[in-house]
Amino acid sequence: MNDMPKIEQATDMTDSKISANKVQVYYGDTHAIKDVDIEIQPRSVTAFIGPSGCGKSTFLRTINRMNDTIDICRVEGSIQIDGEDIYDPKVDPVQLRAKVGMVFQKPNPFPKSIYDNVAYGPRIHGLARNRAELDDIVASSLQKAGLWEEAKDRLDEPGTGMSGGQQQRLCIARAIAVSPEVILMDEPCSALDPIATAKVEELIDELRENYTIVIVTHSMQQAARVSQRTAFFHLGILVEEGPTQDIFTNPVDKRTQDYITGRFG
Amino acid sequence: MTDATLSPEGAKAPEKTSAQPRSLYATDELTKKRNASEKRFQAYGIAAIGAGLFFLVVLAYSIISEGIPAFTRTVLTVEFTVTQEQFDDAESQLFKTRAYEAVFTEAMSAQFEQKDIQVPFDIAAIERIVGKPGSTIREFYRANPDKLGQPVAFELAASSRVDGYMNGRLTRDNITDSRFLMKSDLDLVDVLVESGIIQTVFNWPFITGADSGVDNPGGAGIGASVVGSFFMMLVVLFLSLPIGVAASIYLEEFAPQNKFTDLIEVNISNLAAVPSIVFGILGLAVFIQFMHLPQSAPIVGGLVLTLMTLPTIIISTRASLKAVPPSIRDAALGVGASKMQAVFHHVLPLAMPGILTGTIIGLAQALGETAPLLLIGMVGFVARGYPDGFVSGFMDPNSAMPAQIYTWAARSDFAFYEKAWGGIIVLLIFLLSMNILAIILRRRFERRW
Amino acid sequence: MPVIWLILTVLAIAVVGYVLGRGRALASAGGEQIKLHSLPSYYGSNVAMKVVVPAFLILVLWLLAQPLIVNNSISGMIPDSEIAEGSSRGLVLAEVRRAARGLDNAVAAGLITEDFARNARADFNDVTARLKEAGQVVTSQITQPILRAAQEYRILNSSGNFMMTIVVILAALAGAAWGLYESRAEFRARNTVEQGVKALLIAAASIAILTTIGIVFSLVFNTIEFFRLYPAFDFFFGLTWSPSFSGRGGSSELGIIPLLWGTFYISFVALAVAVPIGLFAAVYLSEYAGPKVRAVAKPLLEILAGIPTIVYGLFALLTVGPLLVSVFGADGVGIMQSGTAVMTAGLVMGIMLIPFVSSLSDDIINAVPQAMRDGSYGLGATKSETVKQVILPAALPGIVGAILLAASRAIGETMIVVLGAGAAARLSLNPFDAMTTVTAKIVSQLTGDADFASPVALVAFALGMTLFVVTLGLNIVALYIVRKYREQYD
Repeated sequence: MNDMPKIEQATDMTDSKISANKVQVYYGDTHAIKDVDIEIQPRSVTAFIGPSGCGKSTFLRTINRMNDTIDICRVEGSIQIDGEDIYDPKVDPVQLRAKVGMVFQKPNPFPKSIYDNVAYGPRIHGLARNRAELDDIVASSLQKAGLWEEAKDRLDEPGTGMSGGQQQRLCIARAIAVSPEVILMDEPCSALDPIATAKVEELIDELRENYTIVIVTHSMQQAARVSQRTAFFHLGILVEEGPTQDIFTNPVDKRTQDYITGRFG
Repeated sequence: MTDATLSPEGAKAPEKTSAQPRSLYATDELTKKRNASEKRFQAYGIAAIGAGLFFLVVLAYSIISEGIPAFTRTVLTVEFTVTQEQFDDAESQLFKTRAYEAVFTEAMSAQFEQKDIQVPFDIAAIERIVGKPGSTIREFYRANPDKLGQPVAFELAASSRVDGYMNGRLTRDNITDSRFLMKSDLDLVDVLVESGIIQTVFNWPFITGADSGVDNPGGAGIGASVVGSFFMMLVVLFLSLPIGVAASIYLEEFAPQNKFTDLIEVNISNLAAVPSIVFGILGLAVFIQFMHLPQSAPIVGGLVLTLMTLPTIIISTRASLKAVPPSIRDAALGVGASKMQAVFHHVLPLAMPGILTGTIIGLAQALGETAPLLLIGMVGFVARGYPDGFVSGFMDPNSAMPAQIYTWAARSDFAFYEKAWGGIIVLLIFLLSMNILAIILRRRFERRW
Repeated sequence: MPVIWLILTVLAIAVVGYVLGRGRALASAGGEQIKLHSLPSYYGSNVAMKVVVPAFLILVLWLLAQPLIVNNSISGMIPDSEIAEGSSRGLVLAEVRRAARGLDNAVAAGLITEDFARNARADFNDVTARLKEAGQVVTSQITQPILRAAQEYRILNSSGNFMMTIVVILAALAGAAWGLYESRAEFRARNTVEQGVKALLIAAASIAILTTIGIVFSLVFNTIEFFRLYPAFDFFFGLTWSPSFSGRGGSSELGIIPLLWGTFYISFVALAVAVPIGLFAAVYLSEYAGPKVRAVAKPLLEILAGIPTIVYGLFALLTVGPLLVSVFGADGVGIMQSGTAVMTAGLVMGIMLIPFVSSLSDDIINAVPQAMRDGSYGLGATKSETVKQVILPAALPGIVGAILLAASRAIGETMIVVLGAGAAARLSLNPFDAMTTVTAKIVSQLTGDADFASPVALVAFALGMTLFVVTLGLNIVALYIVRKYREQYD
């Protein structure tokens, strides 16, 4: 029973989308992430849970090298996507981020129109040859994000004028528009009300068909609702990882159990 | 956007192109282009910083290279003895200074002989090199008759042309013969330099002296205007610090949210951006025309600069008051202090280092300000001497450093430009020390809450 | 009694009042401090405050009012025939004051007696001679009316000063008495003193308003005076600027258009230098530079802002001007006549404004939330794409505000244009021509020898008014934009 998750991990190794191996992250002198090994499956939702400051967001940001933008941050170990090490010097982080999109904690639409928000990614990556193609991308991204009906008549209005939940779905549409393979979501619902949260969760479930999704969440219920696999982080260590069902019903580690039963966190 | 209603299937076309497995290791063409443009953009940024620093270096270089000569002067040292008979003889003549010059020339010849130098020279050449030495010598012996018959070493200031030749402003190539200096005189100068009679020494009179007339650039000094600036800064300090602090305390701690407070706030932020020349007009119209304060007096300059500096001091004082955490006020109020006591006993002392730093920086700004001084008459005035007392330091016409520099820059004789640059060095030394003082103060007393 | 002694006397009364008030309050509580409403020092301060504030208020008002009143009554004594052609009443009054001061000094030196100085029948020749003997600077044109006026001036002033001394000291003593009467145990001394201090604080804060009023009044009255002598239409729409200092300036043409053109042209050149350099520097420092580069480059650039404008003026006149002439002058391209030109002043002013633009833009760029950058980087944008397409558009209103502030600085800058731009007012497109600006002309009109009452001098106030209105307008718009922008991200 105790060895179950480990065995499962081993069997999944072959077709995993992302595989991290002995990842260490340092902020200056602080050792923020210690020895994280994880395999993330394609076309599924993986949830990272854990108490505040446990390093789950930090680890998420290493997957598309968002940590590069912080001067004092240093990453060791290897993270592979489709078998390619993303920290290889040959890898251009710009190209990597087109493949690995990200949605943030607070909805952060650009102070531009809804259309321009979604079109921003395709424009910089040159995904559309002409205006018609760009229109198509924008339309389909908004559709996939479930925002089309609400937004189609106000594409020229600023994205900042939408409600919080709409803004977050706009950010998801914006991420989808560059056709990523992986979407990282950093507590995407923490700034939303319950109804908006439900809509976003529904959306995440739909997106699972085409994308590999990694979501960091504070809410264990949310992890249980949307994810197939769950990883529990504590003090920069990946404590336990496995099918969501197992983690919530039968945690192996004492710390996971304590966290899930609400004894700390 | 008419075709934006396409179905999701239709929109898959562009997705396919990017869905092809694309290795992360291979950088595609577009990304290369984008990275190149990134490099270009970064280069613009570096170029902009470089341009800014380049200008700074050019500015510093011109100031130093043009200004340093102002700190040296060329003197001619000759030791000789005037006897009582020579003195009486000279005094009995019609052209007395001429007679002394003859004595001087004789002494020079004697010294040349002694050093075995052979160079032809005449009295006219000597006059071109050291001005008219006769009057200096005469004045000396009339003042010190007891020195007659004893050897005296005279240190005579060389003319500004010779000065220019010594510090490289004039060369044999660019000199034009004039009644001020002939090309042939340079031979004599060279010999005198070689024999150690002409020397370059530190120009104390420039630091301590007062302004000279337009015809005597060599004698111009900045000392009197430093004193003028000093009295002006006293006025600024003793008015703007208490008024600025009082105004800030009111606005930051007591002012209710109402129209009057808003009016004050708007006025302060606008005054901070009013051109300084407008403050000069204010000073002219109010302090001189209306209140009949004396023109060119440091008190008027000080008042104008006070009004100009106040917004700066108020803004920085408010920032330091704001930086004192509310918990300090709460603590004082909690033990039964009145609001006034809380502010004056606790908040103000804690904010004091920041307030002083802001005040020093405000003073430094005021010290370098020129435009308003032009209008209140500190420029036309030739500050020929020091004020003779504390009150007259405020009330008597004087110049100020920046005004003095402007006066020199506006004179037609090139020799004054050197003085202007030298004056700038003196001014910048003052500003630099004030800023360093402010930095030290900030470093030493900076408190992080 | 000289004013300084008067001030010291009032202060002495205040000190005595402080001690007495403190003692009286303690005595009224039977020496037990605990029975007092406030600390004893507050009772003392209350007395001192009541001595000093009214007395000094009266003193200041008196000092302001007396010269006005005396001048007015003296002015009435001088017949119009005394005012020579090309002179003005103001100059004659100055003459009167000089004569009066001469008399004062002569009396002080013991060369003439007070009686003689006051003797209304004294012959002016005699007085002039005696004054000259006494080494006083007196012009030869002391006429009988001027002498009478000077004597009257002395009498009025000395009796005014005497009355002022009496009134001020009486006010101080009355204040002391009032304060002492109040000094009893139950009196709320602290509250009263704090009210007084608060009133002082408010007065200090109101100086900002007074300054603005002072500026507006000094500009408005003289501008109205100018428009009485010179038509406003010709001033605002005239295409020629050629003041004539001869006579009363009747033949002057004082059109502001060439000055405004020079002002805006130079400001434009300055902004063309400062905005790109400042903006790129700010972007580089805030988005690219590491902490070490920032720690060195930022303060170095800011040195440029701390250098007084006179230094830049000299730099323009003596370094940049000759340098430009050597390239664009007769020996080079041949489109530049002399070192003073729009280009010289504009370039140097641009250098001065670089740190102004860069530090304002730096603040504004830093106010753009990090979430915006994250959003853009997360989509795979490069830094420059993020700057150009997300940060700058988001910061645009703020940057526009910063540029407007810089423009207002450039328009109001004086020393650089006085030394670097030249003195000729001209409407030309060639940036290597000498042109002049509003500020430069304010200086030259007010520092020249022109009579203050003539249009050629008064025009400076109209120019100042124009300058004030333009810069104030720019500042208000700029500050409004910047504030709106800040609110957007707060």
